[in-house]
Amino acid sequence: MTQFSRFVVIMRRAGALARRVIGAPDYEAYLSHIRVHHPHTVPLTRGEFARDALARRYERPGSRCC
Amino acid sequence: MISSGTPNLRRRIASALVWSLVALAGAVALGRVALGRGEHISAAWLLVAALCTYAVAYRFYSAFIASRVFALDDARRTPSERLSDGRDYVPTNRWIVFGHHFAAIAGPGPLVGPTLAAQFGYLPGILWIIVGVVVGGAVQDFVILCASIRRDGKSLGQMAKEEIGPVAGFTALVAVLGIMVVLIAVLALVVVNALKSSPWGTVTIALTIPIAMLMGVYMRWIRPGRVLEASAIGLVLLGLALLAGRWVAERPDIAATFTLSGRTLALLLMVYGFAASVVPVWLLLAPRDYLSAFVKIGVVAALAMGILVVLPPLQMPPLTRFIDGTGPVFAGALFPFAFITIACGAVSGFHALIASGTTPKLIERESDARVVGYGAMLVESFVAVMALIAACALTPGVYFAINAPIAALGSTTQSAAAAIANWGFVVTPAELDALARQVGESSLLSRTGGAPSLAVGMAHLFSRALGGTGATALWYHFAIMFEALFILTTLDAGTRVGRFMLQDLGKHVWLPFGRTAWMPAVVLSSALIVLMWGHFLWQGVNDPLGGVNSLWPLFGISNQLLAAVALCVATTIIMRMGKARYAPITLVPLAWLVTVTMSAGFEKLFSPLPKLGFFAHARMLLDAQSGGRLPPGVTSQSTLLQMVGNDYLDAAVAAFFLLAVIVILADSARVWWGLLRGGMPVRSTEVPFAPRASLAGD
Repeated sequence: MTQFSRFVVIMRRAGALARRVIGAPDYEAYLSHIRVHHPHTVPLTRGEFARDALARRYERPGSRCC
Repeated sequence: MISSGTPNLRRRIASALVWSLVALAGAVALGRVALGRGEHISAAWLLVAALCTYAVAYRFYSAFIASRVFALDDARRTPSERLSDGRDYVPTNRWIVFGHHFAAIAGPGPLVGPTLAAQFGYLPGILWIIVGVVVGGAVQDFVILCASIRRDGKSLGQMAKEEIGPVAGFTALVAVLGIMVVLIAVLALVVVNALKSSPWGTVTIALTIPIAMLMGVYMRWIRPGRVLEASAIGLVLLGLALLAGRWVAERPDIAATFTLSGRTLALLLMVYGFAASVVPVWLLLAPRDYLSAFVKIGVVAALAMGILVVLPPLQMPPLTRFIDGTGPVFAGALFPFAFITIACGAVSGFHALIASGTTPKLIERESDARVVGYGAMLVESFVAVMALIAACALTPGVYFAINAPIAALGSTTQSAAAAIANWGFVVTPAELDALARQVGESSLLSRTGGAPSLAVGMAHLFSRALGGTGATALWYHFAIMFEALFILTTLDAGTRVGRFMLQDLGKHVWLPFGRTAWMPAVVLSSALIVLMWGHFLWQGVNDPLGGVNSLWPLFGISNQLLAAVALCVATTIIMRMGKARYAPITLVPLAWLVTVTMSAGFEKLFSPLPKLGFFAHARMLLDAQSGGRLPPGVTSQSTLLQMVGNDYLDAAVAAFFLLAVIVILADSARVWWGLLRGGMPVRSTEVPFAPRASLAGD
């Protein structure tokens, strides 16, 4: 079982890495930021955050190249 | 303490020895590449020359810039911490930033440019890629990244405005928009040339659109935010799309529906670009982007494996007779056109937008900028080396049959073989027919734009690496699919970004035009930007010389213009830091780029050869018209007048780019003069030093 749970942890880490490399919105990072720096505000939901992050990604040159 | 000094000394000697060996291996390989005559040299020499040069440059030159110019300091707070918001500004592990930055800078540019420049032979291309990147491209990316990190992640445009002046800032802004338009047009043309009369390719690429939409719906409604699950599904479906394409291509009755002309494909791409700019991002753009990032990294790795396993001998000579400017792939002599044709891979101004965009907001420690800025550009350069190898591993006969325009080859394999024999290379009509059959196409003649010849090269490498030629057709269409996938990702995202830029500029004329959530403004600005690149695409599709001939140099000039802007900004920043003695680090590549851009632009405008100069071409057409005849490939009087109009437009665009170089250079020189002569105070414009908060926990 420990073998398996270690495998799960590794896969989860690899997944997080892949998500961040391709530039997918990182909700967990956002949540932990809000928890640490603005503990009294209500964070966006996962869906709201994703929508907002995507809209901003395609507004300026600087995320895409030739 | 003698005992602690000895191992230290031993380590230093070992290090000096290793680096001397790396430098020596690189020098020997470069010498072999440059001086090898007579026989076909192995691709291994190119790889060794490139990798050793990169290693030495990274170890010593990037370290020199990091310590002497910027004095990068891990104790200094970066914007990701100072402005941390959990969204744009997020402290991120350096290898993740590296991957992210590489995926953002690597596009079709480093694949297409070297393929086209192979018409000069492999030598000019390989030398420019290797030397250009270590003293130009990687320096530009690295310096701009550092400058942006020290200025809260400001963009290149903002820095141009604040460091040089409003004139340079505005010129840079308009130039970026112009570059986007030319870039999208030329990339769309590459896709059109790869897909025309190819039912297999067309079906596969068309299917990627519903696949992306399916992924979008999955991530939005079915399993919100599950990017990796959706990407896995998307990748499996891409494989099926490849097989579906073959299934269609094997059935003549259905295949006929998907056998499209260049014009039809061009119109479809314009409709697609417009739709992608108007529909919500989650539906099309974002899923496509994720898919393309995975495919991009996967294919680059696969290409490296294929080349390493096969180590193909280079069939192309080191230099061809076309260095004199008579080449069929694009017009113009070795100088300056080799340096315009290969932009991405050696030095690409576009990267300055990325290095001052998302990336500086993610950097956690200042020293990470070295591997991200300098290092990622070296990897992109290596991609360009691999593309050059794939093109030069084809026999020259096959290479020219695929890349020369119909006007030079005629429309049959017999006429093509005869034309190629005239240039001194051997290929038989039967070989060309067999090759087309092998990759599952009706013909490979005059598929200009670089993508098909790279796909043939890759298909050969992959099928040789894995054994058996049975799968060559599958590999060919796989390569076409991946190139088209990431070209279309640039096209749709670029159209959207262009739309926002246009709205931003347009609001100064008419305020409501700038409202990004107001449908009429969105539709109008999207239509405008599509019409702008669509015009150049349409012109390219109808050009008897193949379009790439006039559009790719325009793209190269515009990209190098942007690099000149970036290097002007970089030089100004270095001088403002009071380090003018290190200014040659950016001034030398700047001087070279200005020389290359100006002379290429000047030739495109004023060369007396109709193949090269826009004005000469227009004059040739008008002379033909007044003589009462139509030049070859021109069907009617009205087409002829249209072509003349296009020549003037191309000339105007080239002239604008040259003017922009002069304006920005003059404005920068004014500032440099002031800084050096004491007219302006030498004061750093960086955000003042503050220590990293998390340093204690390190």
